[in-house]
Amino acid sequence: MTIQEQQKAIIEEFSIFDDWMDKYAYLIELGKELPVIDEKYKTNQYLVTGCQSRVWLFAELDDEGKVVFTADSDAVITKGIVSLLVKVLSGHTPEEILNADLEFLDQIGLKEHLSPTRANGLVSMIKQMQFYARAFQLKSNVKKMKRDE
Amino acid sequence: MLFDIQQVRKDFPILKQTVNGKPLVYLDNAATTQKPVQVIKRLVAYYENENSNVHRGVHHLSQLATEAYESSRKYIASYINAANPKEVIFTRGTTESVNLVANAFDGFVNEGDEIVITSMEHHSNLVPWQQLCARTGAELVIVMANEAGEVGLDKFAEAMNEHTRLVAVAHISNVLGTVNPVKEITRLAHEMKVPVLIDGAQAIAHIPVDVQDIDCDFYTFSGHKAYAPMGIGVLYGKTIWLDQLPPYQFGGEMIEAVAFQKTTFNEIPYKFEAGTPNVAGALGLEAAIRYIDKYGVENIGKYEDELLAYATNDLKKIEGLRIIGDAAEKTAVISFVVEGVHAYDLGTLLDKMGIAIRTGNHCAQPLIDSYGLKSTLRMSLAMYNTKKEIDIFMDALKKVLGMLR
Repeated sequence: MTIQEQQKAIIEEFSIFDDWMDKYAYLIELGKELPVIDEKYKTNQYLVTGCQSRVWLFAELDDEGKVVFTADSDAVITKGIVSLLVKVLSGHTPEEILNADLEFLDQIGLKEHLSPTRANGLVSMIKQMQFYARAFQLKSNVKKMKRDE
Repeated sequence: MLFDIQQVRKDFPILKQTVNGKPLVYLDNAATTQKPVQVIKRLVAYYENENSNVHRGVHHLSQLATEAYESSRKYIASYINAANPKEVIFTRGTTESVNLVANAFDGFVNEGDEIVITSMEHHSNLVPWQQLCARTGAELVIVMANEAGEVGLDKFAEAMNEHTRLVAVAHISNVLGTVNPVKEITRLAHEMKVPVLIDGAQAIAHIPVDVQDIDCDFYTFSGHKAYAPMGIGVLYGKTIWLDQLPPYQFGGEMIEAVAFQKTTFNEIPYKFEAGTPNVAGALGLEAAIRYIDKYGVENIGKYEDELLAYATNDLKKIEGLRIIGDAAEKTAVISFVVEGVHAYDLGTLLDKMGIAIRTGNHCAQPLIDSYGLKSTLRMSLAMYNTKKEIDIFMDALKKVLGMLR
């Protein structure tokens, strides 16, 4: 699934909930599906700084050149949203991640969590995911250049 | 009944709001309080009829504004029982008041000196002193609160010595609700000839404040935590101190005579009020304090204590819920955590149910750390809150906890 298709699927999944409580209950469930970060990376180095809930994020490049994210959070709602972000962005190339237009959070009514004043680290989380993508992109460009030489 | 709560609620237009389709239950009063129409109308009246710069012109409006501004100072001085209105300096709020004193104290503090504060200070009564120490080479001495959230007088006595230059302490803790024995602390400090600054940000709307009775050298508070507008606050200082301290900011209003070579400064309070002041704010602050005084701060305090006891009792029934701070003298604030539940999750879901409470470290990170926590939830009360609202809050809390555990 492309990033766009994945977002569309999530929007559809969420559209069945009229009640915010059901929506949040589902979000909390989704948090349980998050590919959890290896304990050894659950350190300050991998902490995405946010004021209230903590988010740890790790990324690696697989053999096919796709970025694989793992993460965790100590707050279950944050974890649910992180899980959504990982679902959407994980398994894609750095270029695809950098070009992604993440509008689904807005569309499923979770926009407020992306407000910079919310201080839950989600905005920094997205930035951090893009930062990883950028780093992998630069790395592979350097490799390519060396190969061409 | 202590006062007509329904009438009080009618006075605060914002309380009629709904949030996420639910009636607003505003329990974040330690962060800021809502404003009654009496205050809002005062601001409008000022801008409609009196707006002009103060202490400047001879014209009619300037005189009106100046009179109103100065009479607000007089009223506030008499409310806190200052010996003289000139001891009331208008600032932006507690933060600026504390910064003013901390900056002006540079010349009174040397390497090896000590500043004493408590572990329950808000960052605004901590960081300015930390910075003063960094500039001067002095040491910041922390009097630790016990598990209940109280600081013993004996601890203060131990912390002070001949190197102590100032004691700065909160009248009421914004996290724990503890009412500190500021009069006794001041007496103790004065025995050592040490001046005392009291951070009254959380006190002014809840308990009587009499600066001469406390005998503190400085007292600070913000208007917005006492039903007044944001951006106005007070630094009270004893004349003997204010006269000695150098100005903090420079510009118009605070000068006596200016030549290109030299400037002589105005007298207090103007020496500390550089630039055009927040006149509307000062008038709004007067209106707010008058509003409090109309009902009587003692009645308000008693009423809030009833709510506090009611809410505390209900909260204690919830399994796994731990109240942070259990001081014998406590008011208007309850901080708590629930085992296995993140404060952020709880706060987010409560917001969905129309309930405004604070989550986080409440700008008192070291204190929260000392309890081994990262964040707490805090409900904080004001005169317009009701038992019914606490019931709504409790129902919402139970519902939300059902989702989270």
